[in-house]
Amino acid sequence: MVGQRLLFGAITLLAVSIIIASSVELLPGDVATAILGQAATPETVAALRKQLGLDLPFYQRYGEWLWNFLQGDMGISLTNERPVAPQVGERFANTLLLAALAAAVAVPLSLALGILAAIYRGGWFDKLISSSTLIAISTPEFLVGYIVIAIFAVELGWFPPLATLRHDISFLERIYVMLLPCITLALVVMAHMMRLTRAAIINLLASPYIEMARLKGVGTARLIVYHALPNALSPIITVIVLNLAYLIVGVVVVEVVFVYPGLGQLLVDSVSARNLPVVQASCLIFAGTYVSLNLLADIFSALANPRLRHPR
Amino acid sequence: MNALVAPVSAFGSLWRSAPVSAKVGIVIVFLWIFIGLFAGVIAPYGETEVVGSVWQEWSAETMLGTDQLGRDLLTRIIYGARNTIFIALLTTVLSFFIGITSGFMAAALGGWTDQLLSRIVDILLSIPILIFSLMLLSVLGTSVPVLIIVLAMLDSTRVFRLARSVSMDIVVMDYVEVARLRGEKLWWIMRREILPNAVAPLIAEFGLRFCFVFLLISALSFLGLGLQPPTADWGSMVRENAGAISFGILTPLIPALAIASLTIGVNLVVDWMLHKTSGLRDEV
Repeated sequence: MVGQRLLFGAITLLAVSIIIASSVELLPGDVATAILGQAATPETVAALRKQLGLDLPFYQRYGEWLWNFLQGDMGISLTNERPVAPQVGERFANTLLLAALAAAVAVPLSLALGILAAIYRGGWFDKLISSSTLIAISTPEFLVGYIVIAIFAVELGWFPPLATLRHDISFLERIYVMLLPCITLALVVMAHMMRLTRAAIINLLASPYIEMARLKGVGTARLIVYHALPNALSPIITVIVLNLAYLIVGVVVVEVVFVYPGLGQLLVDSVSARNLPVVQASCLIFAGTYVSLNLLADIFSALANPRLRHPR
Repeated sequence: MNALVAPVSAFGSLWRSAPVSAKVGIVIVFLWIFIGLFAGVIAPYGETEVVGSVWQEWSAETMLGTDQLGRDLLTRIIYGARNTIFIALLTTVLSFFIGITSGFMAAALGGWTDQLLSRIVDILLSIPILIFSLMLLSVLGTSVPVLIIVLAMLDSTRVFRLARSVSMDIVVMDYVEVARLRGEKLWWIMRREILPNAVAPLIAEFGLRFCFVFLLISALSFLGLGLQPPTADWGSMVRENAGAISFGILTPLIPALAIASLTIGVNLVVDWMLHKTSGLRDEV
């Protein structure tokens, strides 16, 4: 059961890597002409093609690229001609730290608020939550980011407006600098998470066994904790992990807003510079994280649900 | 005369039945469409005309101040409405055309066509759309036609899923069977038998997909990879004016608010439509 999902996840990852590798083939001409520009002589193009291994057939190049990638060799950056892996690794660590911090704020808050909104459904609290999540979902991440900057950095002056990291700062200082992007990211995912949590709990509260428990006089707190939550666990886990996956993507825009040196910022810079090895490596890491998180959501929700755990 | 009166009165009764939130949404959406359509007439200055110095205050001449090059911000917003909405709309329409055609085809033909298309879509869905589009834009370069085609292709995978699942229930109906036995071709079955019965859920989805595409294009423009200057576009305007925020000037918030207002408007209308068509309780 779990093994089957793992296998499917592995196949998906493989397919994703093939797509990423082959999309370069869409390039009019090839990478060599793109690097050297229009003015290059046919000889220099041919030499570079040989150096980059472009004269080999696609499957051979792909196999080599993937094999090297798995061993931590992601090729050479086209702009500064240094190995890609260390740059990408450092940036990815920064991104993970930011995402983890945002998740630590967003997950407990949105679960609590989502459950409260479901309990007091139709009341003013629920209406407030529902309308603010609708607004937050329709709002681009950068608007949230700039509003946060305008309030906390410019008006109040509590935090620096940009989250640039220097190498010599301590861990606490680093967290302090990262707080604004973290708040922004948390606000963005919280809206989705609250909405989905609320919907999952409301669905559940409509089921007959909850009605029965209510009729026999079970109190609200006990009803939620002992009757509703065990069954809500599976959808809630799915909601959390799916939103973590969403967070990994939302991080790109937020990093650019705050000039935070994460993988998203690196990806965007590399796309404008058409630095393909870096783009490929970053995309594969982002996509890989996304696929793995989705896989985790699948597995966890199966583990939390006895009916899925023991399929007939 | 009747041809004109009927839709107007139909709209009137629809309007009266709409809740306040939907009315607000309809007004916002129509307002932006109107502004976009008549941008050239409404805008006080030309799209790229420099009228003053950098980041001027709000005044009678420049009602929302000026941008980072001294262009009138209100004018840029008005032209931005035209450019951004038009491109997002075109992308969504194209995405729906591709998604609906392939989705209906998968349902109508079944068998290995369905298997093949569904598996391809499954894999494409497993890559986040923003990451995928960044990847493709870095290879193909950023120009408006490329942007529209790439986003439409990627977005159509989401439409495919819905179109396929909706039409799966329709292709087993007797009238489709009759059409098949009558010897109708695939295209006829898709267009005349399946489409009319799948329209309701697809329209609501169109609103949601439009919001998604619109936000995606804005995000790409904000990242400097969507519409290119000097074209006025809300996402790029936020990016270009971002520096102002550290001086306490709120100029970059204005185009960002414009983006949010349009998506909120569309979402309000879609919420109401979903509510109405499904006769749903107030969840989802």
